[in-house]
Amino acid sequence: MTPTPVPVLQVQDLRLTLPGTARPVLDGVDLTVGAGETVALVGESGSGKSLTSRTALGLLPPGAIASGTVRVEGEDTLTMSAARLRALRTGDVAMVFQDPRAALNPLRRIGDFLTEGLRAAGTKQEAATARAVELLDAVGLDASALGKYPSQVSGGMLQRVMIAAALMGDPSLLLADEPTTALDVVSQAEVIALLTKLRERFGTGLLFVTHDLDLAAAISDRVYVMYAGRIAETAPAETLFAGPRHPYTAALLASTPRPTAQGGRLAAIAGQPPDLRTTIEGCAFAERCPLATGLCRERAPEPLPDPARPGHLAACHHTDRLVAEGTPADA
Amino acid sequence: MPEPLLQVSGLHRTFGDVHAVDDVSFTLNEGASLGIVGGSGSGKTTTARIVVGLESADAGEVRVRGRVRPARLRGRARRLAGARQVQMVFQDPYLSLDPRTSAEDVLRETLRLHFPERDPVPRIRELLDQVGLGARAAEALPRQLSGGQRQRVAIARALAVEPEVLVLDEAVAALDVSVQAQILNLLADIREQTPIGYLFITHDLGVVRCVTDELLVMRHGRVVEAGPTSDVLAAPQHPYTRLLLDSVPHPGWDPGRIAEARQELAVSERSGATS
Repeated sequence: MTPTPVPVLQVQDLRLTLPGTARPVLDGVDLTVGAGETVALVGESGSGKSLTSRTALGLLPPGAIASGTVRVEGEDTLTMSAARLRALRTGDVAMVFQDPRAALNPLRRIGDFLTEGLRAAGTKQEAATARAVELLDAVGLDASALGKYPSQVSGGMLQRVMIAAALMGDPSLLLADEPTTALDVVSQAEVIALLTKLRERFGTGLLFVTHDLDLAAAISDRVYVMYAGRIAETAPAETLFAGPRHPYTAALLASTPRPTAQGGRLAAIAGQPPDLRTTIEGCAFAERCPLATGLCRERAPEPLPDPARPGHLAACHHTDRLVAEGTPADA
Repeated sequence: MPEPLLQVSGLHRTFGDVHAVDDVSFTLNEGASLGIVGGSGSGKTTTARIVVGLESADAGEVRVRGRVRPARLRGRARRLAGARQVQMVFQDPYLSLDPRTSAEDVLRETLRLHFPERDPVPRIRELLDQVGLGARAAEALPRQLSGGQRQRVAIARALAVEPEVLVLDEAVAALDVSVQAQILNLLADIREQTPIGYLFITHDLGVVRCVTDELLVMRHGRVVEAGPTSDVLAAPQHPYTRLLLDSVPHPGWDPGRIAEARQELAVSERSGATS
């Protein structure tokens, strides 16, 4: 699926600096989600994937200085008025978080929670409740959930409630930040099936933030891989999985334990991601990369397309060597 | 035939009207690694907690090298001896480490408690070395360490006691993929170097493939399938095991089909077709 001319989300050259850090926590991020498209943003803790997704709602950490643009249906959230941002958050963009229990008030009924956004925006109670029942049905729950408290339903059901709540305002963009990480594998599959079905039915663009590369590849049209605040690689999901062009992506794929693999040792990536208190001269992954040379430590690589596949970009000086030599071995 | 390291037989535990653990039995041999997998509410963690002694069983017994492990360990000497049999590594190293104690100090404290007559210094160095922590990390407080480093401290603390059995409850679930691989490799190394037995509680079938040689699949408190890990994963017999395996994201994955399969399984269970 190719992005449509007016993407629901277009992030360009986004830079975000936090107080007390030596380098930008987001360093020139470019990312696009087309209408009705599912895009996965993959990275490890601290890579900046959640920060990136939150800028679509105009949510910045305290003291953050941002540059670049984050356009939602053409409008930049970084320069938006507070009133417009509020409207954006109740309508155009919605978010589903990792832990539904942390996102819900335990003392209020689910029905209250589902309808409060619409009621605050001026919708009548009956109409808001009717919409809530419709969406509960769409996520596979019946209207009896309206009268229940969060503690009375399971985690998987609560995450369905969160998805229903996110769709109440009929958003064009849904941000899902590790929405299945707290669930077991079977519940995860069910929530994913639901998100896929709803996206098709409502035509919502989906930005799916996850640390799980296999999950990302299985559900999305396109994948972005982030490392230390930069996009390391982006490609259609199948292409990325079959032929990664960035050593970090290749190493992540190789270090993922799979039930179908041979048992025994994994090809672990040595070391840790760079600390925010240090500056980075060249490529952020150079310190852990088996292919790194002097060039990598001097100059940060630009994301360049694969000549044969223009949609497959990798920010690596040695992507040719990676492709020629295969997956880097345990370093 | 040597005595099994850990022998669990006929464990039962109910919470209210929920039968959390329903007639669970298994054996762990010296140097072996047994995985228990299952979804939320399968009873895998309660089983682990009974083995460790954090929870008591309504019925059944836990034997370590043939000796019954009492449900309540009374008296200091017995508690220490009990701790030397079984140690546990938890999921969240943020919650399981004292925020005011460095890695070196927590090891010194543990060693002083269990082996007061020994000089702890060489053993501390050995343990830090074994789990791959450098001098700087050893002196740092937990909040100054990364998640992976913290889990290394928790593993070093458990190993300090020289336990016969190490229970790992979702011990790598909270870690990033690249760090998770490092810790899984570390656990494989430790198993090569010591006669320790692992009881690995996880929901992740990939992790199980990597670190266990025997596998139990639990559902609703019962063991529904057991066998060598490679056999169970290659040719699952029970529909629930198949459902778990199909749920793992892979190329060509069809989550819609999994949702249907779960429904079918629930229906067939209600009608008593599988038990």
